[in-house]
Amino acid sequence: MTGLPLLSILIGIPLVAGVVCLFLNASGARWTALIATLLDFALSLYLWAQYNPDGPQWQFVEKAGPGGGVSWALGIDGIALLLIVLTAFLMPICIGASWRAIEKRVPEYMAYFLLMEALIMGSFAAQDLFLFYIFFEGGLIPMYFIIGIWGGAERIKASYKFFLYTLAGSVLMLIAMLYMAGTSGTTSIPALMAYDFPKSAQTFLFLAFLASFAVKLPMWPVHTWLPDAHVQAPTAGSVILAGVLLKLGGYGFIRFSLPMFPDGSAQFMPLIFVLSGIAVVYTSLVALVQRDMKKLVAYSSVAHMAFVTFGLFAMNRQGIEGAMLVMLGHGLVSGALFLCVGVVYDRLHTREIDRYGGLADNMPGYALLFMVFTMASVGLPGLSNFPGEFLASVGTYRASTWAAIVATTGIILGAAYMLWLYWRICFGTLRHADAAAMPDLNVREWWLLAPIALAVFWMGIYPESFMRPMRNDVGRLLVRMERVAPMGDSAPTPGKTAAHSDHGATH
Amino acid sequence: MGRFAALLPELILSIGGTILMMVAAFTGRRGSAMVNWLAVLLLLGATAALIGAPSHAGPVFDGLVTEDLFASFGRALIYPASAVAIIAAHGWFERGTEHASEYAVLILFAAVGMGVMVSASSLVSLYVGLELQSLASYVLASYRRTDERSAEAGLKYFVLGALASGILLYGISLLYGFTGTMCFNGLAAAFGRGAASLGLLFGLVFVLAGLAFKASAVPFHMWTPDVYEGAPTPVTLFFGSAPKVAAVLLATRLCVEGLGPATDAWRQIVIFAALASVFLGAVAAYGQTNIKRLLAYSSINNVGFALIGLAAGGARGASSVLFYMAVYVVMTLGAFLCVLWMRDEEGRPVESIASLSGLAQTRPGFAAALAVFMFSLAGIPPLFGFWPKLVVFRAAIASGYVALAVAGILGTVIGAYYYLKIIKVMYMDEPAAPYRRVREPVQGLLILLAALFVSPLGYLLIGPLTTLTDGAAGSLF
Repeated sequence: MTGLPLLSILIGIPLVAGVVCLFLNASGARWTALIATLLDFALSLYLWAQYNPDGPQWQFVEKAGPGGGVSWALGIDGIALLLIVLTAFLMPICIGASWRAIEKRVPEYMAYFLLMEALIMGSFAAQDLFLFYIFFEGGLIPMYFIIGIWGGAERIKASYKFFLYTLAGSVLMLIAMLYMAGTSGTTSIPALMAYDFPKSAQTFLFLAFLASFAVKLPMWPVHTWLPDAHVQAPTAGSVILAGVLLKLGGYGFIRFSLPMFPDGSAQFMPLIFVLSGIAVVYTSLVALVQRDMKKLVAYSSVAHMAFVTFGLFAMNRQGIEGAMLVMLGHGLVSGALFLCVGVVYDRLHTREIDRYGGLADNMPGYALLFMVFTMASVGLPGLSNFPGEFLASVGTYRASTWAAIVATTGIILGAAYMLWLYWRICFGTLRHADAAAMPDLNVREWWLLAPIALAVFWMGIYPESFMRPMRNDVGRLLVRMERVAPMGDSAPTPGKTAAHSDHGATH
Repeated sequence: MGRFAALLPELILSIGGTILMMVAAFTGRRGSAMVNWLAVLLLLGATAALIGAPSHAGPVFDGLVTEDLFASFGRALIYPASAVAIIAAHGWFERGTEHASEYAVLILFAAVGMGVMVSASSLVSLYVGLELQSLASYVLASYRRTDERSAEAGLKYFVLGALASGILLYGISLLYGFTGTMCFNGLAAAFGRGAASLGLLFGLVFVLAGLAFKASAVPFHMWTPDVYEGAPTPVTLFFGSAPKVAAVLLATRLCVEGLGPATDAWRQIVIFAALASVFLGAVAAYGQTNIKRLLAYSSINNVGFALIGLAAGGARGASSVLFYMAVYVVMTLGAFLCVLWMRDEEGRPVESIASLSGLAQTRPGFAAALAVFMFSLAGIPPLFGFWPKLVVFRAAIASGYVALAVAGILGTVIGAYYYLKIIKVMYMDEPAAPYRRVREPVQGLLILLAALFVSPLGYLLIGPLTTLTDGAAGSLF
């Protein structure tokens, strides 16, 4: 391991590049942003290569501080590592997706994207409670600008809704953090992960953190900001929102709620399951009736995120690992789907599903890639979402069979709305002349979508590369929650083990 | 002589101020630039004189004033803020028919008054300092006497201020009548002798009401928006910064040193004032179209947060108040300096929020600075304005006032809306007629410094600033 503060550099590269962008012209800013994000991606791959899955829990640790209650403490475990790699992977793609689509105020736009990357990286790498909050909350500012300046017709309303919703959720978490720092006397996240808060306090702490992460993830019924934000945001904004920002909510559950308040988590597990169940069924049905492509994908995000909460709060290995894989897979697939929407939107400037049809004829390359991502979203084995959804469902089944029944309904409904979307857009006859005149993907768009397609196959065929780094960390999390994990109604009850021994006796 | 050495900053300012008044009277408008810069020098000299042992001499003049770290910290905020108020007026009054040079002299006298306010440890010196500052402020508010709005602001400020002073004096007389002492220590001893009598409680309530008026805390805030709007912008900048610090710090010292044993009695008053200020400041700002009025509500809102720290009590609470005010002063000065630069084509000042429309495209640097101040006032990380809010909430939670902290922090969400509105106007709306460029390099430098201070770079200062505020708060206990 080198002595360089790699995580600081990871945060610093986009930050510096963002400032530089402000002083350049449009083309200079585009190239600076692309180079900076590619550098960051290369660095994240280097981190992945250097990360030792059997090593200590926290690697690449740094610590410095101004004192007074906050310190610049960074460090990552396997879970954070994977999300950092995902972020770094999607960022250059976002810059590429904005290459032609954004024409006004380009330097500013690139600066906000780079600032956002720095803040997201910081959130995943932070090891200090307040440092995490600063990064977590700071991410609102660039996204507010991206939606509000470069968004669609209703951009102002959507940007306010996004900002205030998320802020309202987060401030309660801040109060909980202040209480935690006061009670335990430390702001170090690793120390807090091993600290046992009194049971009565855990109830309130859990609810405060839930308020923040439930909005961010988002969970039903606080998801209503998401469709607005997605529909109004520019394509790259939607990609980063769905691909990474939502994952901050799931990451928050893994990093804070579960290990720090195991009793609170167990206490509220039924609530989470009910909310997730409603989310899966309700948002899937809502997605079915959407006429706007982006809105449909946005609602499907809410449904997929419900799998994450199902898996996490099943509190067993399959559930948690599955939830992580769903987050990674959904990050890739939903990002790619938004890009696919962006591709046709750039040509026809409408997201009405009815305005398209039969695109497989004139855009075969597009239809092929869109098919891959649709199938991945549906959860086809061999593609990225299958391992995650399968494991999350297994985990949920072990915790509660009823919940598993509801959760798997989501897979069926997911197939329904995604396949129907694909059918309406790519199959059938070319009804509209303007849609028929659209050219197929150009080289730039191939470069955006093909890498994601490769990653989607990789995750589907060999998920072990993604499970290996987090295996020990999930193990540590399970040790922490062993005491409170639900028994589940699918496990053999002590009185009925006879069937098994009978089987043995007949031999 | 040792007693006078402790008062060196005040001596510099009052003697210098008197001389400058004479200079101003005899040179007229010709000497206004010189008087202004000399006044700035005097204020900086007085700030420098705070460093050193004599300024921490403890009680002097039989306990009329206490020169301790707390007083020094307050004056270290007040004097430079007053200097900025003088610099802000540069190029502002020359065009009118007003006399320019008295402005700096009035600010100097107000600064002396505020210096006495933060070091006062007796009800007499408290009142004298407060009135010195107030009288100078009344004149300053109506400084542009040919302008109806300014004259109205001055008159309104004077009438309401006189009423508040009356209430304060009545409270002081009650306290004196029931304890027989004016000293904070004597008051504390009297309150410490068992349950406070009804008369004492009445006195306490009246004194706090008078101070709440000066700090523009709800329900004594009514003058603030009108005076802020009517007064010339450099004067508004002054009102928003140094006198707020002085009033909040004075209240802190009185509550902790003088009324410490009666904490339970004043705490409920402070909690009410804090929450009412936070919520009223946040809600009432919604419909404002004038940026000075909006910033007036913002200052009410911010004083509410500082009072949450005071309500928390203890050294930690006092320290959080100091921290809050230190950052608040910089944010306010920066925001008002930006307002000062809002000029139309002919160079006339404009104050409507709508005129900021599309500023990010016509003047990106200016818009960025104002956006930084707005996000910071709203308390959104990663800007530095977040940290003082965190510090006061931490103090409140450490004292067990979790509900207070939760209510306060929900107030920040409500308040965030109108700060966002300004940013939306600047960044997301179509450009309006561009502002005329203001050629004031010193003011530009000050805006830049303030913006850098509240940017994430400010976090580097958390350590030293916390040490200072802890030390200053510690000197009260």
